[in-house]
Amino acid sequence: MTEIKVKDKDIVVPGEVLAVGMDNLPGQGTYREGDNIVAGRLGLVQLDGRAIKLIPMSGRYIPKKNDTIICKVTDVSMNGWRVDTNSPYSAMLPVREATSEFIARGADLTQYYSMGDYIVAKIYNVTSQKLVDISMKGPGLRKLRGGRMVEVASNKVPRIIGKQGSMVSMIKDMTGCNIIVGQNGIAWIQGDPEKEFLAIKTIRKIEQESHLSGLTERIKSFLEQNGCTQTQRVNNNEL
Amino acid sequence: MSYKERKNKRGFDETRPMEAKVGVIKRADGSAYFKIGNTWAYAAVYGPRNLHPKFLQDPSTGILRCHYNMMPFSGSGERVRPGGSRRSKEISMVTEKALLPVLSLEEFPNTVVDVFIEFPQTEAGSRCAGITAAAMALADAGLAMKDMIAAVSVGRVDDKLVVDLDYSEEAYEGGPVADIPVAVMPSSGKITLLQMDGLVKKEMLKDLLAKAKAACAKIYEVQKRALKEKYTRVDEE
Repeated sequence: MTEIKVKDKDIVVPGEVLAVGMDNLPGQGTYREGDNIVAGRLGLVQLDGRAIKLIPMSGRYIPKKNDTIICKVTDVSMNGWRVDTNSPYSAMLPVREATSEFIARGADLTQYYSMGDYIVAKIYNVTSQKLVDISMKGPGLRKLRGGRMVEVASNKVPRIIGKQGSMVSMIKDMTGCNIIVGQNGIAWIQGDPEKEFLAIKTIRKIEQESHLSGLTERIKSFLEQNGCTQTQRVNNNEL
Repeated sequence: MSYKERKNKRGFDETRPMEAKVGVIKRADGSAYFKIGNTWAYAAVYGPRNLHPKFLQDPSTGILRCHYNMMPFSGSGERVRPGGSRRSKEISMVTEKALLPVLSLEEFPNTVVDVFIEFPQTEAGSRCAGITAAAMALADAGLAMKDMIAAVSVGRVDDKLVVDLDYSEEAYEGGPVADIPVAVMPSSGKITLLQMDGLVKKEMLKDLLAKAKAACAKIYEVQKRALKEKYTRVDEE
């Protein structure tokens, strides 16, 4: 008979026994050791039917296929651009994935993206050796002009975005800022300087309190306390 | 002659008072301190991150790099010369080997995980405190780990078997002394570090290892509590 030793949403440390017996399945972040299911990292327990999963609480971003990320151009070469992805691995943006325009052979590629530019791109391939290829072809993928960049914890990105983008669109609506959150833990914020600052503070608050319940309500009242009301958003139709 | 009483009426199986906290260095990917008596270890983990120079990269796995450093003012009166020494290099190496068995860095080829361990204050048992702090910092950094690592030194002072020697015991002159740092995976009881300085009998060593495991189980509880605390408290800032 299986005995589950933890509750949903418990925080567990590596080596902690989560369940004894063969009735449950070790999910992501856990492993089986004899009869036991053991935590293989620090994380939040999620009981998902028979499977026991761990949701990571910290850690670097590791590039994954189909992620939309914000990255910085670090080098321009003959056949494309090298970008920093805020992860241990840099990515390559080949010329053919950069734009739908025709680019002549030997053209000056810095016209399109130059060193230091920030771009929103999509990862379309990651090899086992973590060679990463990104593309600019897709809705919303573009170069970022103005605004400011904030580093956020990459595993908090889903919380910042919220269900179907509810959290981020609330911040957008209430502060009137344009916000893009990359899955690699870089967020771009553009708007009125004071509101930009408030948006950053809000994001920091979400990061810190993401594992506590009633987050949306708390963030909403936090924004209201700071003099924001619904629908301040004006000029972000292009998002 | 025999060794009768420890400082501060400490029991022979008792460690010095312990304190641990996780997330003490904000910019690091993971960090922790572990204090045991007057030995304070701070550990910061950075990575996995890009590894340079390139010839150090391993395409089959990420690598672990540990730096053990005692601060110049950390000793008991004597100034430690800043920078690396033969001793610190060796301890960095054994720390790395003590931690590596629980990590699986194959997911991150060509990268490095850097572990920096600094000691603002030391009084014996520093490599064990360092390993204990580093294990917490690695867990905090979100790396996949099979188990934690807890470490403690055990030994004999004259006729007594003791846990967690302090400096006066390491330097005891009234009889034979042995100092044995041990690192243990607390859940499985496997040993990842075992060194010895001094003289012991075979039977004594067996007893000492059992005592080390028992002490490490207690240290693991301290580690666990510190790690859970970080994620249940909301920062004041």
